[in-house]
Amino acid sequence: MKVQQISVFLENKSGRLSMLTKVLRQEKINIRALSIADTTDFGILRLIVDQPDAAYLMLKRSGFTVSHTAVIAVEIPDHPGGLAEILDILAGAEINIEYCYALPQKSNDKALVIFRVERLDEAIRVLLEKGVGVLKEDSVYGI
Amino acid sequence: MIWNRPMETLSRNELAALQLQRLKAVVERVYHNVPAYREKMQAADLTPRDVRSLEDLRRLPFTVKQDLRDHYPYGLFAAPMREIVRVHASSGTTGNPIVVGYTRKDLDTWSELIARTLSCAGADADSVVQVSYGYGLFTGGLGIHYGTEKLGATVVPMSGGNTQRQIKLMQDFGATHLACTPSYALYLAEAIKEMKIPREKLRLKAGIFGAEPWTEEMRRELEYRLQIMAIDIYGLSEVMGPGVASECPVKNGLHIFEDHFIPEIIDPVTEEPLPYGEKGELVFTTITKEGFPVIRYRTRDISVLHGEPCSCGRTHVRMEKVSGRSDDMIIIRGVNVFPSQVESVLLKLGLTEPHYVLVVDRVGTLDTLEVWVEVSEKLFSDEVRNLEKIERKIQRELESLLGITAHVRLVEPKSIERSEGKAKRVIDRRKK
Ligand SMILES: [Zn+2]
Repeated sequence: MKVQQISVFLENKSGRLSMLTKVLRQEKINIRALSIADTTDFGILRLIVDQPDAAYLMLKRSGFTVSHTAVIAVEIPDHPGGLAEILDILAGAEINIEYCYALPQKSNDKALVIFRVERLDEAIRVLLEKGVGVLKEDSVYGI
Repeated sequence: MIWNRPMETLSRNELAALQLQRLKAVVERVYHNVPAYREKMQAADLTPRDVRSLEDLRRLPFTVKQDLRDHYPYGLFAAPMREIVRVHASSGTTGNPIVVGYTRKDLDTWSELIARTLSCAGADADSVVQVSYGYGLFTGGLGIHYGTEKLGATVVPMSGGNTQRQIKLMQDFGATHLACTPSYALYLAEAIKEMKIPREKLRLKAGIFGAEPWTEEMRRELEYRLQIMAIDIYGLSEVMGPGVASECPVKNGLHIFEDHFIPEIIDPVTEEPLPYGEKGELVFTTITKEGFPVIRYRTRDISVLHGEPCSCGRTHVRMEKVSGRSDDMIIIRGVNVFPSQVESVLLKLGLTEPHYVLVVDRVGTLDTLEVWVEVSEKLFSDEVRNLEKIERKIQRELESLLGITAHVRLVEPKSIERSEGKAKRVIDRRKK
């Protein structure tokens, strides 16, 4: 249920992001989702890819500062208030969300959101108890 | 281990007598052989006969770097070129380079002083000294080289650069002592770690690090990372090159080899000599050099002299680690800032890599200071606020130390240029 996210430290200077995508292309690594958290000086790029271990290794070897983070991919009911339901469940269990971002979904009518939360195992448990779809990692990498 | 026990432990009275005799001789030498010195003394209404006591030294005019440039290349040499067997020179990036010359006796003296320096770091005839200071016109490489031979140790003349090879040969040849700038030593330590070389493969015991000011925190870092004793050495080409002063294992200041140099500390503004214990600019008079003696040479280095006896047995005065060079000093909104102050904050906090650059700029009429620091691999987090917390913490510490606000900017590891010689710590964009 835990999905591996690759986080990369990026200075705000031109060419770094394009360099990074070139490395991934060379290794035939496919990006499933991405988000950038930005400050004036630097950004943190968060990536979900189809081969997280290979991506981690290749980026590190290419001189990027990389770390792994465990996140969860949650299916959100595709109707108004869908996201609110999920947030309610987590808030009820007093689990803080560090950040989240959406993941494109091709074949299914539900929206997918990546969550980085504290107390990951507990988050998975309460979501499953409430019948929320938490995706298995393989299905996320293979989207 | 004391290389020249009779000289290095001379009583203060004997030392003073020796210094006076040598001072008189060198003043005679420059007065008669160097027109520029003679003219300056005449302008001050002085002749060599006016130097009767060590106190009279302070009546002599100062020599500054510009004098050396003005008399490029050989104008201040005090021996005929027939007797000069070696020259060294500065890089000359800002105008004429500075050229210094050595007679055969000068080279002997220099070697002797480096042998003393290496002995301070525990080296002897069984040692293997890897010299990773640059060879060539720079005094570092060749200076240490000949001193190592004088000591009878084995010299590995690596010069700077070629880091992989440095590390391979350091293992293969069993180097026990490393001589380079502290910033290059740090770079070597990183590379050794990256190459995953176990410490047992190295025989390194000590390093003699100089040619740029460095802090106590940097010493701890180098001693920890390389598992060695790190000794600060001091020298500058204008005075001799390395070998002017060296820390002993007590590591409580650098002994200035006073049988060859007379040190003074002056107030850089009033130019008045200051007593021991007070901070100011270091001034040196060489009293044995033949080729290129200097009288009251203003180094621009900021330090303090201490006269109390040292427990190592050496009687020579000690200078504190240079806390900055007035060449490196930047003035931001009227505040003096030394890169070494930033270094000590970064190393004390230990949150980032100890690689940094100060970027000074001017926005409108306001000076700005940015400090670029490398985020460390182990501290990188996927959360912006953790990194921002580190930035703020460094900023707060710098502010309380310097009294001005610096913008701290985290940059990618290894993105700040590594130096094989002296590190470039300041980018001043205010200058055209
Ligand atoms: Zn001592």
